[in-house]
Amino acid sequence: MSSTSRKAATLTIAGVIVAAAFGYMMFGGLESNVVYFLTPAELVARGEGVYDRAVRLGGQVAPGSVQWDANALDLKFRVREGTHEVVVHSKGAPPQMFRDGMGVVVEGKYVRAANGQSVFESKNLMIKHSEEYRAPKDGQMPQEMYKSLIKGVSS
Amino acid sequence: MTRLIGANALIVALGVTVVGLLLVTFGARRQRAEWVEAGYSATYLQFALVTAATFAMIFGLVSHDFSIDYVAQVGSRATPLYYTVISLWGALEGSILFWGWVLSLLTALVVFWNRDRGGKLIPYTTATLLGVGIFFQILLVGPAHPFGLVSPVPLDGPGPNPLLQNHWLMGIHPPLLYLGYVGMTVPFAFAMGAMAAGEVGDTGWIRLSRRWLLGAWAFLTAAIIAGMWWSYEVLGWGGYWAWDPVENASFMPWLTATAFLHSVMVQERRGLLKLWNLNLIVATFVLTILGTFLTRSGVLTSVHAFTEGNIGYYFLVAIAIVLLLSFVLVAGNSEKLTSDGQLEGTASRGSVFLLNNLFLTAFTFTVLVGTLFPLVAEAVRGVKVSVGEPFFNRMTVPICVALLFLMGVGPALPWKAADRATIRRKLLPPAIGSGVALLVALFAGTRDVFALLAFMFAAFALVANVGEFVEGARLRMQQRGESAPLALSELVNANRRRYGGYVAHLGVVAVAAAITAASTFKTEYEGTIKKGESLKIGENMAVRLDEVWGREEPQRAVIGTTLTLLKNGREIATLDPRMNFYPTSQQPVPTPAVRSRPTGDIYVNLQAFQQDGSNATLRVIVEPLVPWIWLGGMIICCGALISMLPVPGAARVRAAARAESAERAPGATTPVTAS
Repeated sequence: MSSTSRKAATLTIAGVIVAAAFGYMMFGGLESNVVYFLTPAELVARGEGVYDRAVRLGGQVAPGSVQWDANALDLKFRVREGTHEVVVHSKGAPPQMFRDGMGVVVEGKYVRAANGQSVFESKNLMIKHSEEYRAPKDGQMPQEMYKSLIKGVSS
Repeated sequence: MTRLIGANALIVALGVTVVGLLLVTFGARRQRAEWVEAGYSATYLQFALVTAATFAMIFGLVSHDFSIDYVAQVGSRATPLYYTVISLWGALEGSILFWGWVLSLLTALVVFWNRDRGGKLIPYTTATLLGVGIFFQILLVGPAHPFGLVSPVPLDGPGPNPLLQNHWLMGIHPPLLYLGYVGMTVPFAFAMGAMAAGEVGDTGWIRLSRRWLLGAWAFLTAAIIAGMWWSYEVLGWGGYWAWDPVENASFMPWLTATAFLHSVMVQERRGLLKLWNLNLIVATFVLTILGTFLTRSGVLTSVHAFTEGNIGYYFLVAIAIVLLLSFVLVAGNSEKLTSDGQLEGTASRGSVFLLNNLFLTAFTFTVLVGTLFPLVAEAVRGVKVSVGEPFFNRMTVPICVALLFLMGVGPALPWKAADRATIRRKLLPPAIGSGVALLVALFAGTRDVFALLAFMFAAFALVANVGEFVEGARLRMQQRGESAPLALSELVNANRRRYGGYVAHLGVVAVAAAITAASTFKTEYEGTIKKGESLKIGENMAVRLDEVWGREEPQRAVIGTTLTLLKNGREIATLDPRMNFYPTSQQPVPTPAVRSRPTGDIYVNLQAFQQDGSNATLRVIVEPLVPWIWLGGMIICCGALISMLPVPGAARVRAAARAESAERAPGATTPVTAS
């Protein structure tokens, strides 16, 4: 074996080992860092495996379920899809347009609470962008909703 | 009328481009110079026609001609003029039109500057550019036709996407991105031209395309940084990078182009990596097309992806054709692609370049897998997933740290195998620098291992690259008795390519250090406060809510707050974070208030407010060194610009050197330092 071909062989073997290690790291990393998009029904159906891993939960804010404590910046509501509901808890102010009945996506983890009831701890609360644009209903146009403010400073 | 001019210009342009492609290709094959010349002229005609269509569109937008369906889609009488003009690239069809225009411009410029140069590769280079042009013009007369007729003509339109009309950077970021993206077509075309002409064994095509590549790379760099800045200024989350598919799409070709910028030097100096370099440039081009596919076909959901119909198939077919043609051409040239040299020693600049390429390729591959994985998972397993930031950070942070280290080692090592004394002399100051950085970072409270390494290696690269300037200038001062500023500027002038590269390295150091500092020391405060109350920020600062106000603008309603920033109870600044309500959007677009200082930013976003204006919820983010990201981007671009500038009097010196003997080597041609 000449020195160049030995060198080439060593390099190839080293390359294969590095590539294998890299591939292992990458796909291992993918497996544990993939975030699933789930509906409340899918979340509940997944059973044990769903706890404590990153999930995006999509659905509708169940009407009448919103509890907002402005001083503690503490928000609780239920996300509904069909007949399934999941309790969501989040710290921090919700987006300005957040209200009953609207589509939301929450990012976080499903956690077992002390009282046995599981809670979805949200780290990030997003308004769902609906594909089709629908004009806001009367009285929900921002210009009308915030009329008092807009009039307030008429500079 | 405007509509018909635009539509017909595009159809004629497609015809001209096809004819031009046939003329240059067959002219080159059959050695009919007059055909090739006619084909060259076709590129000018193509440029004129696409320019006419683009101007027709701008005119249509500005004159609110809602009979044009693109105008009806993105135009609105209430939109300010600036945003009306830039909505040219606010949606799919217009952005493809703008893309086609930039490509036709670059094609005409390549022909203009190179048609009289000898060599067989220019006709084939032109053919490649025209071929890519045909692809975009097919899109423009087919699935992305912007000049469709709307009937009946609407009186007004919805206006551009609110996110795209909320900040002036939207007028800067997309054109930079297109110039960078489309610019990558030019070096690719030179590579294809060289392969088709069988002139791939030497570095001719690399020399011809070097400035084009650097220019495209600089534009792409500027575009990525401007995109980060836009995200920071508009999205209200205080971040600038989220591994969003669109961001990844712009970043992948940047990575491969950066790898190419370094690896061509190994080919020029040592005659190695010929095949590898061709692959890199093809990969760069394919990644730009893939990026467009990902963002324009709606296969991935993203902040700024345009969702559209079946245009994706066109892109997939185009990618397949490019890969197939490149493969055939590479295979046909395989005997010319053997290496003629070898690297000297393990501790040489050449081997650092090899490692740099290894890491940059691994980086690209990681980003590619992370970006495409959701597509594969949905197709194969039928689950909807996204690949989170933790994956990208975990995979890429170690690579970034390694690259920072190499960026310091590379410039310090000579091309020839370095002896121990040289290594010690060159690497001792950077090592001391990184030790100091380590102590400072530990003292400042950094505990994350990768953050510590990033600070260390940033300092290492900083000292090593600055050291090259210092050493070179000092040598000139000793040998020629020049003053320090003169020595420095002459040093750079004598080897602009090399020192431009070091300037770019310094920019990368700034960006890396700033990102590390901003993410390590970022602190957030959130609270709901009543008028007159304050929210504490850290030890000695606070923001006081003075007023919640609203105003109506033609295209939107704005709700804002007036805040006073207090330091130790003293008023130091007024801030006004706002929320903008557009009639076409369900949620408001924020305008955070950012107080920037070289030491860092105070970023205030209005999260929510009470309808009667009695209180507001604010999020305050303190992020050190953030402005250095934007500044570092500008330094990188300056470096690229320095590298691109022609060496003064180079042609004259070369001619003189040819005329006289080889031993004559004055001023500009001799690098002063031993390299």
